Amino acid sequence: MENAMNERRVISVIVLNESSVLARVTSLFAARGYNIASLTVAPIPDSEMSHITIETNGSAKVMEQITKQLHKLIPVYKVIEHEEMVEKEMVLVKFPITEHLSDIGALCAAYNGGIANVGKEMIIAMVADEPVRIQHFIEAAQRYNPYEIVRGGVVAIER
Amino acid sequence: MQMSGAQMVCEAIIAEGVKTVFGYPGGAIMHVYDEIYKQEGFEHILNRHEQAAVHAADGYARATGEVGVAMVTSGPGFTNAVTGLATAYMDSIPMVVISGQVPLSLIGTDGFQEIDAVGISRPCTKHNFLVRSLEELPRLLKEAFYIARSGRPGPVLIDIPKDITVDIGEFVYPDSVNIPTYKPTYKGNKKQIEKAVEAMKKAKKPLLYIGGGSVLSNASDLVRELAEKTQIPTVETLMARGVMGAKNPLLLGMLGMHGNYASNMAMSETDLVISLGARFDDRVTGKLSEFAKYADIIHVDIDAANIGKLVDVDYPIVGDVTEVLEAMLPLLDGIDTDRFQAWREILKRYDELHPQSYVDSDDVIKPQWAIERIGELVGENAIITSDVGQHQMWAAQHYPFDRPRQWINSGGLGTMGFGFPAALGAKKAFPDKTVINVTGDGSILMNMQELVTAAEYKIPVINLILNNHFLGMVRQWQTFFYEKRYSETDLTFQPNWKALAEACGGIGYDVTTKEEFDAAIKDAIAQDKVCFMNVAVNRFENVLPMVPAGGALFNMMLPQKGEK
Ligand SMILES: Cc1ncc(C[n+]2csc(CCOP(=O)(O)OP(=O)(O)O)c2C)c(N)n1
Repeated sequence: MENAMNERRVISVIVLNESSVLARVTSLFAARGYNIASLTVAPIPDSEMSHITIETNGSAKVMEQITKQLHKLIPVYKVIEHEEMVEKEMVLVKFPITEHLSDIGALCAAYNGGIANVGKEMIIAMVADEPVRIQHFIEAAQRYNPYEIVRGGVVAIER
Repeated sequence: MQMSGAQMVCEAIIAEGVKTVFGYPGGAIMHVYDEIYKQEGFEHILNRHEQAAVHAADGYARATGEVGVAMVTSGPGFTNAVTGLATAYMDSIPMVVISGQVPLSLIGTDGFQEIDAVGISRPCTKHNFLVRSLEELPRLLKEAFYIARSGRPGPVLIDIPKDITVDIGEFVYPDSVNIPTYKPTYKGNKKQIEKAVEAMKKAKKPLLYIGGGSVLSNASDLVRELAEKTQIPTVETLMARGVMGAKNPLLLGMLGMHGNYASNMAMSETDLVISLGARFDDRVTGKLSEFAKYADIIHVDIDAANIGKLVDVDYPIVGDVTEVLEAMLPLLDGIDTDRFQAWREILKRYDELHPQSYVDSDDVIKPQWAIERIGELVGENAIITSDVGQHQMWAAQHYPFDRPRQWINSGGLGTMGFGFPAALGAKKAFPDKTVINVTGDGSILMNMQELVTAAEYKIPVINLILNNHFLGMVRQWQTFFYEKRYSETDLTFQPNWKALAEACGGIGYDVTTKEEFDAAIKDAIAQDKVCFMNVAVNRFENVLPMVPAGGALFNMMLPQKGEK
């Protein structure tokens, strides 16, 4: 039971691109005390819809309520609770220039990324991978004294 | 046709067939009011507070089943309307509220009387819009009415910036609505309905559990037919009073926190709950783990999110109660009604053991007596609205409701101050019916300015104040659960009700005896004026039975036999 309560879930919400639709979706989570771990949103090409990916956690019962409540919102077209999916997350990390560029490059390569930018004072790395692996990458990156880490949130697509 | 945004608003209201609009003007909505002045398609009632305007539109909607319309200005006009929206939202009432907003160019500047109406009302509306251009105004007006009345009904807010009401453009009111993301389900799944019918045929102790959704769906005749055909005993929620008709032998009464003994025991012992438009509110279920513990559950609801939200459901049916019953009834041909004979006997015994009763008195008017008496005097002919408190529960328990929409009260939000303005709305819709607001000395003060509205427009509703000089329902909880510490519930200080009513253009009665009571009701009906009927009732009367909050339904505090 305890475990089931905290199970991680990823859902996609397909919505009409109208004003304040994102606020409707997020305030539904807030009003009912549900947690949002990450959220990404962008228009779906060649359509009037947007794709929102929400990473959350809860029991099967809570998820059922979330799904149904989301569905009740007028501009929501579809709610997909992912069973089998491909998930990716992006992260940007800023390292001091004093770190070894080749070490950081190798680390990023191991996680499906690379050096995105090198300036006078810093190195910026970018990695896109599965969320668990992003977690591992961030742990590994700690050894190189990162100044700043920006995670992008999960995007997912049904297999 | 070319016209202003303000004219478009009026044209839409007329096109939707709305006869009465309630509201209160202000700067941001003045252009619309200027058009209201010029048109003759509907009547506008100037309530004396925006909250009351929205409740009045709500009462109009509850009495008729049509969409109620209220109009308010921006800023404080809108914020005053929020309680009205929330009240309608909790009870799924079809309503459109039109609010003025500061001009588009000022939105986001903290302009005078600017408030984020769409943001504030998001959790208490079915949907809301901020209109962004004149071009989209006709479509959004159409959508507002459509969304309000379709599917699970609810209030819709449409917030219109002032400049859009001035702009001139082409007006074509759409015939139909196409929102690709909004397609309510009306028909229940056929297979599920068949399975539910099989379960009904196999059950030993089935129980029909009728909720407000049956009223919203106008399913009363079909619900009665279902009960009749199957001979299954029936309980009603607070919101469903009147669906079965008070004299129906299959009706056990109301269930829940103040339900009667037989109803609550029936729910505790049934082996099959057939829920029709009820949502398993906590005031109904009591302790969830004990609720209908031995039963399978058939749950018919137009809102899929209601199904399985609180209790696990064995036969979920998403659909409109009317459509589901139309599909279900033919399948029940030949059901063996004798099967439930023993069960009906048990429940009859329960009812004989602890009937819905009270001990009357000759010295002081008992509130329950007052309710029964108006039932005898005006009965079927009246529409009863109520405020919130003990009087509301007594009315729900003791009034002989014969038809749906005869009983209008704020069930979900429990809004004190609802009853009087709602009565105005109901009376505007049904001028030939006697409309009585059963209220308390606490509640009536919350929207008493509506005396002026009622007097001005000659809307003769009767406010029956069951005056116990207490915030009675809170006092009752203090008696039972706070060792009689009557913290801030004593209303010994009172206005002169009669004088107050008269000062505002109405009439007043002070009533202390049964004779005076009868005389006052009769006079009030004859006078045909808004009135305050101030009835001194027993101060310490409690609403019983009572299931303490969070307790199991079968653990009721019952009236002591012979208690005075
Ligand atoms: C707006 C609002 N404020 C507070 C409450 C809490 N409340 C519920 S019942 C009640 C007492 C009502 O007193 P009265 O109107 O005199 O009715 P009685 O219970 O005495 O019949 C109160 C304060 C409420 N329901 N609504």
